[in-house]
Amino acid sequence: MSAVATITLVTLSVGGQLCGIPVGDVRDVLSARSINRIPLASPVIAGNLNLRGRIVTAIDVRRRLDLPPAAPGAAAMSVVTEHEGNLYALLVDSVREVVTLAASGVEAAPPTLHAAWARYGAGVFQTPDGLLVTLDVSRLLDLAH
Amino acid sequence: MDDLLAEFLAETSESLAALDLALVRLEQTPGDKPTLALVFRLVHTIKGTCGFLGLPRLERLAHTAESVLVRVRDNEITATPALVSAVLHALDGIRSILAGLAAAGAEPAGDDAALIAELEQGAYAASTPPPASTTQATATHERPAAEPAADTASAGQTIRVEVGVLENLMTMVGELVLTRNQLLQLARGQKNPGVETEPFTAPLQRLSQITADLQEGVMKTRMQPIGQAWNKLPRLVRDLSHDLGKPILLELRGAETELDRQVLELIKDPITHMVRNCADHGLESLAARRAAGKPDAGTISLDAYHESGHIVIEIADDGAGLRLGRIRAQALAQGLTTHSALSAMDDASIMRFILQPGFSTADRVTSVSGRGVGMDVVRTNVERIGGIIEVASTAGRGSRFTLKIPLTLAIVAALIVETAGERFAMPQIGVIELVSVGNAHVERIDNAMVLRLRGRLVPLIRLHDVLALDPPVLRSGEPVAPDPIIPDPIIPDRIIPDPIIVVARIAAAMVGIVVDRVFDTEEIVVKPLAPILRGLSVFGGNTILGDGSVIMILDPGGVARAAGLHGRDIETRAAVAREIATSASLLPMLLVKAGGSLMVVPLSLVARLEQVPREKLERAGDRMVTQYRGRLMPLAPISGALDPARANQSVLVFSDTDRATGRDRAAGLVVDEIVDVIEDELRVQLASSRPGTLGTAIVAGLAVEVIDTGHWLTSVFPDWFLATNTAARPTPRLLVVEDSAFFRQMLVPVLAAEGYEVTAAADAAQAFALRDAGKLFDAIVSDIEMPGLSGLEFARAVRAGTTWRDTPMIALSGRITPNDVAAGREAGFIDYVEKFNRDTLTASLRRCLSSEQPPASAERPASGENPAMRPRGISAEALAA
Repeated sequence: MSAVATITLVTLSVGGQLCGIPVGDVRDVLSARSINRIPLASPVIAGNLNLRGRIVTAIDVRRRLDLPPAAPGAAAMSVVTEHEGNLYALLVDSVREVVTLAASGVEAAPPTLHAAWARYGAGVFQTPDGLLVTLDVSRLLDLAH
Repeated sequence: MDDLLAEFLAETSESLAALDLALVRLEQTPGDKPTLALVFRLVHTIKGTCGFLGLPRLERLAHTAESVLVRVRDNEITATPALVSAVLHALDGIRSILAGLAAAGAEPAGDDAALIAELEQGAYAASTPPPASTTQATATHERPAAEPAADTASAGQTIRVEVGVLENLMTMVGELVLTRNQLLQLARGQKNPGVETEPFTAPLQRLSQITADLQEGVMKTRMQPIGQAWNKLPRLVRDLSHDLGKPILLELRGAETELDRQVLELIKDPITHMVRNCADHGLESLAARRAAGKPDAGTISLDAYHESGHIVIEIADDGAGLRLGRIRAQALAQGLTTHSALSAMDDASIMRFILQPGFSTADRVTSVSGRGVGMDVVRTNVERIGGIIEVASTAGRGSRFTLKIPLTLAIVAALIVETAGERFAMPQIGVIELVSVGNAHVERIDNAMVLRLRGRLVPLIRLHDVLALDPPVLRSGEPVAPDPIIPDPIIPDRIIPDPIIVVARIAAAMVGIVVDRVFDTEEIVVKPLAPILRGLSVFGGNTILGDGSVIMILDPGGVARAAGLHGRDIETRAAVAREIATSASLLPMLLVKAGGSLMVVPLSLVARLEQVPREKLERAGDRMVTQYRGRLMPLAPISGALDPARANQSVLVFSDTDRATGRDRAAGLVVDEIVDVIEDELRVQLASSRPGTLGTAIVAGLAVEVIDTGHWLTSVFPDWFLATNTAARPTPRLLVVEDSAFFRQMLVPVLAAEGYEVTAAADAAQAFALRDAGKLFDAIVSDIEMPGLSGLEFARAVRAGTTWRDTPMIALSGRITPNDVAAGREAGFIDYVEKFNRDTLTASLRRCLSSEQPPASAERPASGENPAMRPRGISAEALAA
């Protein structure tokens, strides 16, 4: 059994929780940049930003997860992901590293996990840095949910 | 499906479209050789290709059609309408087989015997009678403006390109335009000393130019002649003509006018629908046309032309015109409007009802139209692409629909506006004009802010309200230059240097969108909203500006809807506003000219008009006087000085009883010219800062100043308005409830001059606030027509309460009929006085209070006795009067 199924994730930190999205879904990692807000849009939508001439809709992941807003002036980053032909930037506290985990390591979400994490999480891994939740991007972007 | 088949399908459907046109032409000019040759060649090609591809059903049908056409070509038979119909039906048969072929990749099963029989029978029928004069009453004529296009010439010069390739190209060009804009912005920003930008200037300019050319070139590839949307019309009109039994001429002009294919696709159906409507509703029956002395054949014409970045398409008929009476009745029947709103509407507004959902005046539902779905859909489709539709009609002469549509949806000119610190783009097509709030006539009607713009009332929408943005205030500590900063009359607690009203057209209605600033116009590349934002109907898309920021593109229609104004509402509201404006309180006014401006004064205040010869004007001290009815009458020239050139001076004479002496006295106001007596609502829209005028109003469409008679009269008789006999009796306290600020302004000094202590309230709510604050009055004078509680409701509420229950109330109204008086008495008013009849009011008050001495507040009648039921001496006669 030499070929172990693995999953490679870009790990992120949101509200102190370690999470990750599949590296294949990540188009770009951006440092903080100016976001033009969109009136009347859901509070989850932070606004629009310009990525090399393309309009990217920025999603406030903290709000999406019902977490308290980040302290003013706190560093923020975003990962750009493509979903159904459109680009979305997921605003997170920080983008950390790329890790490869054995797919078999996926576990059920422990009951102690915040409900929002359970709602948008695809799975949970134990890592040396703690619990890592993989995010389900399409569920994050489905505001009807 | 293999490429060959796909190619065949594309080519054949083009041939069929061309055939429709050619056959209709052939029907009108049966002997026309080139047309016949074209028809024959097209059918022959179809037949040949079918045989090659092994499509037997198609081949058989095409073959039969071809053999009929051969006989026509060889002059054996003539192309009669019946024969042409048969060929057209055969083509329809071919079309439906093609559709099946496209869907399934193989010929659908079916039997074309009926079509073939029709063709053969048509050929037989055409051969029996000798080919004589052929144009029947029901023939359709098309008069092509241009020569039939040279079908053969350009064949080798064109290639087919996938639409997707062009779309992609357009997107790339959009990106290029954005990048160019960004570069230019950067270059501008770098123009400071020490930074060497020289070497970039020339290449940048070239890049800019090339980008513009490329954009234009790519746009051109997407351009198609509007004739593409029209090529089905001759056939359609021909069929309609037969079905409806109306001879119809179709005139097409400007078919070569080009527009973006995306737009073309979107307007195809609306145009078809409107032509259908013209034929069915617009044109009269043959009998009606003859009775009206019109030519038998009705004409439907389509004109297309370019106009300032737009394409204008006019669709007109020479029928009976829109029947306004019918539209009115129908609009009422469908509850779209009210009688009173209707009576205030002009013809153009009434015509627009036909653009409303569900509206139809067709007597019956025909196969053609009259189902009440249609014009509103047309309007929606046209507006969706940023177009506008206008209706015009002349009774007996016909109707004309005008569509104005952007040439392209991809790159549009837009106004960049700012509100609450955020920038937005507003497509320029709908923008009519920009009005600075500082110069605007903004007023409040029925709790809505409206802009009075050249006699039209435009509902105002504050953009920051609609977008739920915080109204900005000046950041604390920021120095406020007093000069250019005016308080925002719309939002008094907010200071904006000078808000701008963007007057935009939505359907035929206009709305004013209030923004903080307007920047310049930019060509923007419209990018569709991300799906996650699609629910936001106030935005039509988003774009990237030259400075790299992403901004939202406003959809004015969506903004209006979000503000609670629907197309219909805007129109109705404007009509209601007009109605309020006209019916509320028509006041006869004297229009005069003084000092170069037009001024008005309520006629009822003026005792007489006199012409005083120049030599009769005298000076007494620093005052100008004239002999008038045996006494010296002081004069006040409004313009400050008299015009020495005039032989006669026009004088408005005001008269009064001097309370000190009990004698009549008079004062004159000298004006340059008495222009007219007009009747209109008097509503001061802008308060005046100049002594001598109360403010500016719009009267009969003119901006006029309202003369402050009090100012002038007190300037000659300082005690004109002062109560003199205040010695013995305590000052009676009056409450005046009147919603019109103007009337309040007029009444308060007049009544104060009569010796009353006057408190004014703008409506019942304010009056009750005074009551709740424990204020007592000796009498209440109330307007009847007021927003909120009406005067009658107010009176009932006062009577039903305790504190003011016994206070006598006098009604003021613009209209007095016995019924009104009875209703007033029933509600608890003891008298009913015509507005602006000062003498009657003061007399009424005097009588009312003399029976109330000492003042009501000091001693109340025993409770349980309703004074309203007990006429106080005056009421009976006053009410009977």
